[in-house]
Parts: sequence; C-alpha cells; structure tokens
Amino acid sequence: MNIELRDPKYLMKLSKLGSFHQSKLSFLRSFLNEFKDWEYKKDLFELNEKGHGRAVYSFSKKNRTYSLVCFANEISDEERSDRVIATKWDAAFTLHDGVPTKGDLDRLARNVPKQEVGRLSYKELTLSRANKSLRIFNHVVESLSKGNQPNTELLSKVGYLYRTTAVYGSGKFGLADRFRIKNREEIYGPFRLEMMLVYLVRQFTFDQVNHIARHKNPNTAVELDPNICRNLGIGNSTGLGMAPFIVNHPILLNNWILARETALKKIREIEKASEQELNIFKNCLVKSLINVTNWNTDSEFQNKKIKKLTEDLEKFIKFLNQDFSFENTFPFNKIYMWAEENVSDECIEYIVSMMMEPYDEIISPLVNKMSSDEDQHFNIPIDRTIEELRNILESKYSEILKIDFKKKENNQNFWFISKNKEEPRMANRYEMDGSILEQPLAIARDIKKLYEAIFTQKNSLKIGKFLTNNNDLRHVVRRAFITEKFPYAEIQDNTIGSKLMPIDMLRLKLSFFGAIKFDPRSDKWLRICMFQGAPLPTDLKSFDNHWVYSSLN
Amino acid sequence: MISFSEIETTVKRATKSMGFSWGIAEEVGKNTRLLEMFGLPGIKNINQYFKIYNKDSFENINIYSRSNISKKFYCPIIAGVNFFDQSSSISELKQIEINNLAFPLLFIPFVSRTSEIAGKRIFLKVDNKEFLFNYNQSIYSNYLSGDIVEKSEKINLQFLENTNSFSENEWSELYKISEDTFVEETEELKQKGAGAGLTDND
Repeated sequence: MNIELRDPKYLMKLSKLGSFHQSKLSFLRSFLNEFKDWEYKKDLFELNEKGHGRAVYSFSKKNRTYSLVCFANEISDEERSDRVIATKWDAAFTLHDGVPTKGDLDRLARNVPKQEVGRLSYKELTLSRANKSLRIFNHVVESLSKGNQPNTELLSKVGYLYRTTAVYGSGKFGLADRFRIKNREEIYGPFRLEMMLVYLVRQFTFDQVNHIARHKNPNTAVELDPNICRNLGIGNSTGLGMAPFIVNHPILLNNWILARETALKKIREIEKASEQELNIFKNCLVKSLINVTNWNTDSEFQNKKIKKLTEDLEKFIKFLNQDFSFENTFPFNKIYMWAEENVSDECIEYIVSMMMEPYDEIISPLVNKMSSDEDQHFNIPIDRTIEELRNILESKYSEILKIDFKKKENNQNFWFISKNKEEPRMANRYEMDGSILEQPLAIARDIKKLYEAIFTQKNSLKIGKFLTNNNDLRHVVRRAFITEKFPYAEIQDNTIGSKLMPIDMLRLKLSFFGAIKFDPRSDKWLRICMFQGAPLPTDLKSFDNHWVYSSLN
Repeated sequence: MISFSEIETTVKRATKSMGFSWGIAEEVGKNTRLLEMFGLPGIKNINQYFKIYNKDSFENINIYSRSNISKKFYCPIIAGVNFFDQSSSISELKQIEINNLAFPLLFIPFVSRTSEIAGKRIFLKVDNKEFLFNYNQSIYSNYLSGDIVEKSEKINLQFLENTNSFSENEWSELYKISEDTFVEETEELKQKGAGAGLTDND
C-alpha cells in the first residue's frame, strides 16, 4: 500500500499546525538519545548560603566537552519578570564550547548576567536566563530544610522550579555562528545545544534548591527525592519573538514537517504490527492521558481545546477497545482514517504522535534530516521563466491566492521589530503607526502581489529580466522557488489577518522542541514545560525512551 | 567579536532602511557576510556608502552592455543585483567594462556568487586591483589593504573559459608518477582479479 504524504494545503494551515504535540521526533527527546553515553559531570559549584554564585556542569566524550556555566544572582521580587523586556534574572546561563578557563569564567561573569547587553564570544554556543517560580521554589526550600519532601500536588500544578524567558543561539550577541559547529555529528538535529542548556539548567535548579535548604537548616535538611526531581521540568515563557522564526526559515520548517509526515506515511503503510509494537502504542496512549488531565491553563481558548481533546481521546480509546482489531491489516492507516473522520485536529495530531512511539527504526533515521542549510537555496534561479513561476504559484499557493487582501480584515496586522528590545512584535496597521517599517512576514499578501504582477508578463520572460523592474517582489520570488522544492516550507495561511492566533505559530515550534502543557497567557504568549518526567543526568546510561509519559504530574 | 549572523541581520535591516527592497536587503546582508568571511572590509565599505547614499546621486545599471558608462557613479548594489540577475546574457558578452562604480567592493560578492552559478571563474580588475573569483569558493587578489574603496573609474570584468591551468605534458608527467601505485598483473590475476566472468554472454 502506498500512502501519500498529507497535502501541504491541508496540513500547513495555522490552526492545524497549532494542534501539533510533542513526539518521538522532538528535539529534547532526540537530544537525550544522542547524549546518553556522554560523561556528565558537575565541575564547579560555588554558591553562598542563599544560593548565589557560579556553577559549571559538563557533558564530555572523547575530545569534546560542552560546559554549562551558571550564574545565580540576587534580585528583588519587583525586578523579577518573565517578559523579555526584563533586565535582571535569578540566574543566567551560557553553554561554553570546551572547558572554560578561569579567565573565561571571569569574562562570562561580566557578560552573561547582562544577557542582551553583554557580549559573548565564538567560544559560547547558547545563552539563556531564568527566573524562579517563587511559590514553588520557596515551598521546596522550606519543606526540605525541615526534613520533609514538598507537596507533590502543588508541584504538579506548576511542574518546574525555574522558567527560562529566552534561549539564544546561532551567533546572537557574539555567540558562535552555526557554521563553526554544523559538521559535528552530535548536533545534527536542530536546537540540540539549546536543549542541552535547558536540560543542564534543570539539574542546576535541583542542586541549588538542595544547597539552599541545607544551609538554611543543616541539622534537619533532606535532599529533594530524585523521583520528584524527575517529575519536574523547566518552564519557559515564549512570546511573539519566536513566531517569525518559522516564516524566516522555510527549509528548516519543511524538514521538520517532512520528517513528521514521512514517519506518519511509513507507519500507515505497515501491513502487520507486532504485539510488542501494539502494546507500546496502547501503553503510551493510556499513560499519556495524565499529561492531558493535568494540563492546567486559565486560557479559555486552550481549555476548549483540552476539553475537546479529552472527549476525543475517550472516544478514540472506546473505539480501540470495542470496534477495532489490531489483527486488521494496515492497522495504523485504519486508525488514522478513523481519526480523520471522527475527532478534532488536536486529537488527530495527538494520535499521530502516539503512532510514532513503537517505531525507533522509522524515527531515528529521520531525526538527523531535520536540520537545514538555508544558504544553499538562497540564489534565485534567474534562468527560469515566468511561466514556471506562475505554475509554482498556482500549484503551491492556490489557497493563498484566494485571499482578498483588499478586505481590511485580511490586511489588518503588520509585524515589526521593536526599537527597545529588537524583538518581533505585531500591531494593527489601521490603529498604530509604524506599518511603513513592516517586516517581510506577510508572505501570503506578497505572494498574491507577485501573482498579479506576473499576470501580464510573457510566459517566456526570464526571472532575471523580470526582477530588473520588480525587485520589490524579490523576497517572494526567492520563496516561491524554495517552496517548489520543499513542499512544507510555507504556512498556507494569512499571517496578517484579523483572525490570526500567533500562539499557533509558537505552538508549532514548541511542539517540535518537545514542550508539553501549552498554557496560553494571551493570543500572543504562552508558558510551557520542558523535560518534565525526563531522566536525570545520572540516569542517562539507561532510561525508558517513553519517559515523557511516565510523569506523575 | 561581532558574529557573521549579526553582520548579516544588521546589514539587511540597514539596507532596507536606506530604501532598498527586502529582497535586495537580503542579498546585501548575505553579501556583506561573505565579504567579511573572505577577509574583505564589507562592514567598513557598506557603512561608508550608506553615510553618503542618496538615491538620486547615483546611477543604476539596469541592462548590461559590453560597455557601461555613466557620468554619475553607479550604485554598486543595483549594479550587483542586476549583474547577478543578467549573468546568463552577460557571460555571453565574455567581457564587459564599467566606468565609474561607487564602492566597488560592495559589487564583489555579487560577482563571486555569479561565478558559482555560472560555473565559470571570473576575473575582475578594479583600477589596479585584481580579483579572481573561483566559483564562490575563494577569491584570489592583490588587494590586501582592508581599506574603504570609495570609487573606481574603470572596471574590467571577464568570464574565463573552463580550461586547464596546466599543459597536457605536465598532466602526463604527473599521471605517469601516479601509475607507480598500480600493480603489474600476472596472467592469473588478469583472469581472476576483476571478479567478473570472462564472457558476458551467459
């Protein structure tokens, strides 16, 4: 049986992409798989009784070492903000390439806590900062210092001790450019070093909370139970800054989605599933339900989606138990076809993620195909013709060409870079000034302009000649030829319309990171949790690959 | 140190703010990164150019001919974009001349990238400075000063044919030396060494 890849025009709608869930392809899971046989060490831990100071953690293998350098600082409660506009944080971190010298540590101490206004060097790979979840952190310190373990019910409501507010990489603020490290096999998967930073930060939060509790009351303090640690992750607050990323990196977006779609296609093409594979699928599905039932959010938008997901999953499990036989040929295709007809996008994509769980041999080869070299496809093919370009637009962008941008609601928003934080933002062009400085993120509108511009051009005209008088459309000409080669490179939706939910764009990216418990705080930012349920660094030599469903929270 | 990624992003934004389109700004960001990676003073030159840039003060080369002459200096960005876009027809001319090009170093990355897509080496002479572009893999040049070059009165550009840089005799001599790694075959080895059967008719 040959199953077609899902149609980009159906899949690449924002509401669909905003329904994606973590999976076996997720970057934090592939990071753990890649680094499980690296040597983990806590190299330095110099904190005072309040938990302020510096620490270094590392992963090493053969001649390569990656070191997380942590700086924990004293800040007042008023200074603690998880908005990107904050200037002070409880802790700041960088991932250093190699073993830092004392000189490196002193240099980093002067710069890392300053974040965007500090300067890093080519020896640093990622940069981040995080704030305590005060009510949780203080509760844990108090409990441990008195010799008690913390209230796990309270912990499960939040799921972490610290949350990061930004994780930077790839040349930002002087960090190493990607080209310096891109040929290292251990980081072929995307965002692997960002995942390493977050993972080691998680360990730092446990060590810090233990350290403070011990100093608070050396006679009675106990250490945080490792089982409780495993059920804590790292939180993250993410705003609009992340949204343009998936527009600005079309080939990377394609490679992420294509890996997921290829996995789904291959799984649907499996004629007979073994009993062991079916057990893994069913176990993961049942165990994962706790992540849905404990998905706490005040967002009405998300709560509606969770409610529907819960109902749909109940319906799905009933179907599996009563109306479905795994003796069927092509069982996963039948499940998928049932899901398409009976449940919401949120549940369809949930089931797709679950289907991947038994199939290491399908997923593992795809993981290393999820990076991209965008520069290779930067040059516009100037010798192609207008006829070819028109064919691409009509076949790849037919949904977009239907949008009427003369209607105000379809042209309502514009994306811009804020002057004070140099971060992407969005505003209503009819109410706010600044649309003249609009970023090139209105791809749908500009593609439509391009289509109209070539309408009267000769079929045989070469693209190079066309551009001589149409350089205002150059950025979308480039994209059209990229989309020709990479079917999932383009969001098939309007990124400036009045109905846009920017958190759909964030959710897509975060699901590939492996985040769970999406908690929208508005339509423009959300909180998530990463590594909840993950093995501790000392467990890495042998751990359950399906740890994400073993969380007690 | 400023990273190449920061260079590309900042130059792209700066180019857009000077009034160029986003698509051209993307090209100039990428180009300046390329110049700096090749060790040429991209930031210095683009910074200086934008200080004096005024659209009306410069001429555009829209369609290239064998000889491109202007009283005003040509804008190196538009000259570069159009050179890249028209490179197929320009390469047929084999050789072109540009009189009066402002900030010629900003033109260079377009030529380097054209060398890659055309699959030909390109030789460029900017007054007395010589550059040989090798398929965007390297640039060979006698210009090492790292200074700003504000203008060039005469530019010669030549697409080089794909020919060898050595004689047949030199190649034969080297090939003969390489043969010393080959093993002389006995009759038995001739029969068995290749692995396949002696006839191909079965």
